[in-house]
Amino acid sequence: MSVTEPNAEHAGPAPTPHVSERGRVWAALRRNKPALAGLFILAVLVVAGALGPLLAPYGINEVDADHLFQGPSRDHPFGTDDAGRDVFSRVLVAARVSLLVGLVSVGIALLVGVTIGLVAGYYRGVVDNVLMRCMDVLFAFPVLLLAVAIVAVLGRGLVTAMVAIGVVYTPIFARVTRASVLSVREQVFVTAAVSTGASDWRIMRRHVLPNIAAPLIVQTSLSLAFAILSEAALSFLGLGIQPPQPSWGRMLYDGRGYVQDAWWMGLFPGLAIFLVVLAFNIVGDALRDVLDPRQLTKDEARRTA
Amino acid sequence: MGRFLVRRLAQSAVVLLGVTLVVFLLLQLVPGDPVRVALGTRFEQDTYDALRERAGLDRPLPVQYLSYVGNALTGDLGVSFRSGDPVTGIVLERLPATLTLAFFAVLFALLVSFPLGILSAVKNGSVLDHVARVFSQFGVSVPDFWMGILAIILFTGVLGWLPPSGYTPLGEDPVDWFKHLVLPSVTVGLVTAAILTRFIRSSVLEAMSEDYVRTAEGKGLSPRRVVTRHVLRNALIPVVTVAAVQLASLLGGVIVIEVLFAWPGLGQLTFDAVRARDYPVLQGAVLLVAALFLLTNLLVDLLYAKLDPRISVR
Repeated sequence: MSVTEPNAEHAGPAPTPHVSERGRVWAALRRNKPALAGLFILAVLVVAGALGPLLAPYGINEVDADHLFQGPSRDHPFGTDDAGRDVFSRVLVAARVSLLVGLVSVGIALLVGVTIGLVAGYYRGVVDNVLMRCMDVLFAFPVLLLAVAIVAVLGRGLVTAMVAIGVVYTPIFARVTRASVLSVREQVFVTAAVSTGASDWRIMRRHVLPNIAAPLIVQTSLSLAFAILSEAALSFLGLGIQPPQPSWGRMLYDGRGYVQDAWWMGLFPGLAIFLVVLAFNIVGDALRDVLDPRQLTKDEARRTA
Repeated sequence: MGRFLVRRLAQSAVVLLGVTLVVFLLLQLVPGDPVRVALGTRFEQDTYDALRERAGLDRPLPVQYLSYVGNALTGDLGVSFRSGDPVTGIVLERLPATLTLAFFAVLFALLVSFPLGILSAVKNGSVLDHVARVFSQFGVSVPDFWMGILAIILFTGVLGWLPPSGYTPLGEDPVDWFKHLVLPSVTVGLVTAAILTRFIRSSVLEAMSEDYVRTAEGKGLSPRRVVTRHVLRNALIPVVTVAAVQLASLLGGVIVIEVLFAWPGLGQLTFDAVRARDYPVLQGAVLLVAALFLLTNLLVDLLYAKLDPRISVR
């Protein structure tokens, strides 16, 4: 709707981001305290994702009939659930699959969406019209509803959840890419490249893509947040990651029945989702401030996850 | 305006056609025979034959699609694989509950976000501004169903003020109706409020940096008058769009909240249809929601063009 097109000076023939550009971004992030906190949370997430099963004090499905519904204690910092399983261990181990779904689904959306947006913005005309109308169609469904419908049809589980979330977030990448390509395409260096007889593919790859990297990086960070949120919602509905593998969304679903007696079951898995999503959002916002100050469409990215 | 209207209508019609194609293809993508999948292992051959016949699954795909669209235009969305009842009735029956929830959620969101967003921009950098920014960042990041669970823990478990879930029709008992409405609509509304607060703040900030604001200030108008007469008038036009898009997406986007609070709307229906593999009902619910979404967006764009005549010239 209102993708702010980068103005001429912004989208100017900035060379491929090189070391000093990266240094500038890094320096700006370091001055931004919330962004640092966000990066710290993400670092914890990555460590938990990599080493979770090794760090967990208990097995994820270690049932203990003598210790059902134990409140948080020294032995069980997040308490135990209805089967006596340690909630802390389960939250820790579930980090990996959450991160995995986020990365893979956003990877799918990025790959497909950028390709579509690039082709549409570069060739314009009929191609543009057809491709973008297709994106409009996907955009006409509320995010979660479409994901639920896709999973319902293809069958529940990890892989279909990743595909479904990927499909759902494809249009936003296509739109962001196309809007940026349209303005970059008018730049002199593209005209120059065309006049040297470079192939379309080469121009897109060498001249257009590097110059639209900024909005894409920002969009990727924000989309990771929403993808993780969507996975949690799907798993909450029983359509994502399947038991006995622990997932934050599913743990919340199970905990929902015991809110009166075992509040910890409903608190900690949600806290994990919240912190991770918050971290990706804060880092995404900070990146936007540095890389792409004119982009105002952040809220278009989340239409009720 | 006339040309804009025509172009916009045509565009919506094309997208709606695409939406029907996607919804139609959902059934085709079911691995195997959808009727058999829906009925499970034990079923009457007669029921099976009748459902297949009714769904027209033996005809060529293009014919099936055309008849799907044709039937949909006349309000016939097929019959449920489970109950055999017409899908249109099943879906429309759930609409009021969803509309109620969406309406009150957006109402709550507007009541919170307008004062918060405007004050946050006008008093840029103040404590209030920080509070508003933290609120919107948190609100955008919090899983709504988790907040719902926390709300149930607090208001039902600890305080015992409100029922944890369920629904009472307004006509039966207005007080009970309201009690059941509070938690789900505030839960959804807070997330929407966070999104809107953020948008209103940046929109007002942008308007305040415009030349006409400097001119107004230069004329010696009081700050209050500058804000109410010049800034808000311009800043709030785009807010109309965002608020309406939020409303539209709530119509079908609150599945999880409806499930959590046992709210008998379209989201709950979709969830039940998925679990029962009742594909025609799933298709009907998805189609209705997408159509409502498109319609709302269309109306908003037209309203927007009316508020800001520059749009239709673009």
